[in-house]
Amino acid sequence: MRLIAEGLAAVRGERVVFQNINFDVASGQALVLHGPNGSGKTTLLRVIAGLLGMLAGRMRVIDKDGAVLTDEARDQSLHFVGHQDAIRPQLRVMETLQFHANLLGAPTKNVDAAIATWGLEPLAELSGGLLSAGQRRRVSLARLSLQRRPLWLLDEPLVALDTPTRARLNDICSKHLAQGGLIVAASHEPFLGDRRTMTLGYQE
Amino acid sequence: MKTFRALVWRDILIGMRASGGAALAAAFFALIIVLAPLGLGPDAGTLRAAGPGLFWIAALLATLLGLERVLQPDAEDGTLDLLRLSPLPLELVALAKIAAHWLTSGFIISLLAPLLAPLLSLDTPAIPILAASLLLGTPGLSAIGTAAAALGTSVQRGGMVLAILVLPLNIPFLIFGASAVSAAQANEDPTQALIFLTAASLIALVVGPIAAAAALRLNED
Repeated sequence: MRLIAEGLAAVRGERVVFQNINFDVASGQALVLHGPNGSGKTTLLRVIAGLLGMLAGRMRVIDKDGAVLTDEARDQSLHFVGHQDAIRPQLRVMETLQFHANLLGAPTKNVDAAIATWGLEPLAELSGGLLSAGQRRRVSLARLSLQRRPLWLLDEPLVALDTPTRARLNDICSKHLAQGGLIVAASHEPFLGDRRTMTLGYQE
Repeated sequence: MKTFRALVWRDILIGMRASGGAALAAAFFALIIVLAPLGLGPDAGTLRAAGPGLFWIAALLATLLGLERVLQPDAEDGTLDLLRLSPLPLELVALAKIAAHWLTSGFIISLLAPLLAPLLSLDTPAIPILAASLLLGTPGLSAIGTAAAALGTSVQRGGMVLAILVLPLNIPFLIFGASAVSAAQANEDPTQALIFLTAASLIALVVGPIAAAAALRLNED
């Protein structure tokens, strides 16, 4: 699978946040976006996910047979973990993950596996309102393990995570890449050894 | 279909547990009916004449209460992004939201109303008509409200805007709902008013999800 962007530009409000963005990410590769606050990292991730329209340029996701995916097929082949964690105080962690499994079209049994993968067993019966920032982050990252999808879009995945969980995230992402996955992540800190980075800057 | 059911169930769970949810709508509805005799005086004739209108005004206001939590929190916490990425069309997302809102507001109110009817000296034959009119009409109120809530996701703290947007559109429900109950009290045939009420509800249930989905697509950024 490949994700190819050519000449991407996007506006937020009246401001052009970035323009002429080009990249080509193939299976097994990760692209880490750096840049100051407001440089458009989140906007770029949302454009890739199809949640925001682009002003100019072209973005294609190509499957292993070389066919360009339709918007619907693209939606079904990506995970988007933004900095909003989609956790409600009224729902227990278990219920939240079951709901997300349903949205992702995953069987309910995957929930237990995701809970084990992310070490969430002690939190499963807690309601979302009682979670700390780092715990919320972990529950939201656990979506990645609910359903196998090749393209992972991660917005500041390291924020609020403790050292063991960072190591866990690193392992899970490395395994995903080894299995032929793609990752595009925005981060202020080095992520996945920064094997490949792109720095976005302010546009005048 | 499984996704649809999961979304309805999740929203019902949240509605039952949230402080501004189903319990508040039911309590608010009951309070208006309980307070009415204190304001209008104990005269059975006055209460009986005002009853149908009061019940329907209370229903309009009580269903309005939960609208702010139908889509606004989902837009704020990122759930809406995930719904957009899910294979469920936005029209069905909106329909699920309508169903969950109705089950935690209009439906409960419809079951509650017959128990409160004696407080306003409603005639016994009019009580089943009251329950029927609420059951038939309140789904339409949820549909209109959800469409307005979808428009409201682009406005921060859109609560007041929501009420101003929704209430005028709810007028037909008030008129036909109250007149069905009044007709039953006057020993007239309420069928015609109930048919108009059902028609209004059905139109709202068709147009509401389409309008809500269009509104959600419009404020994509």
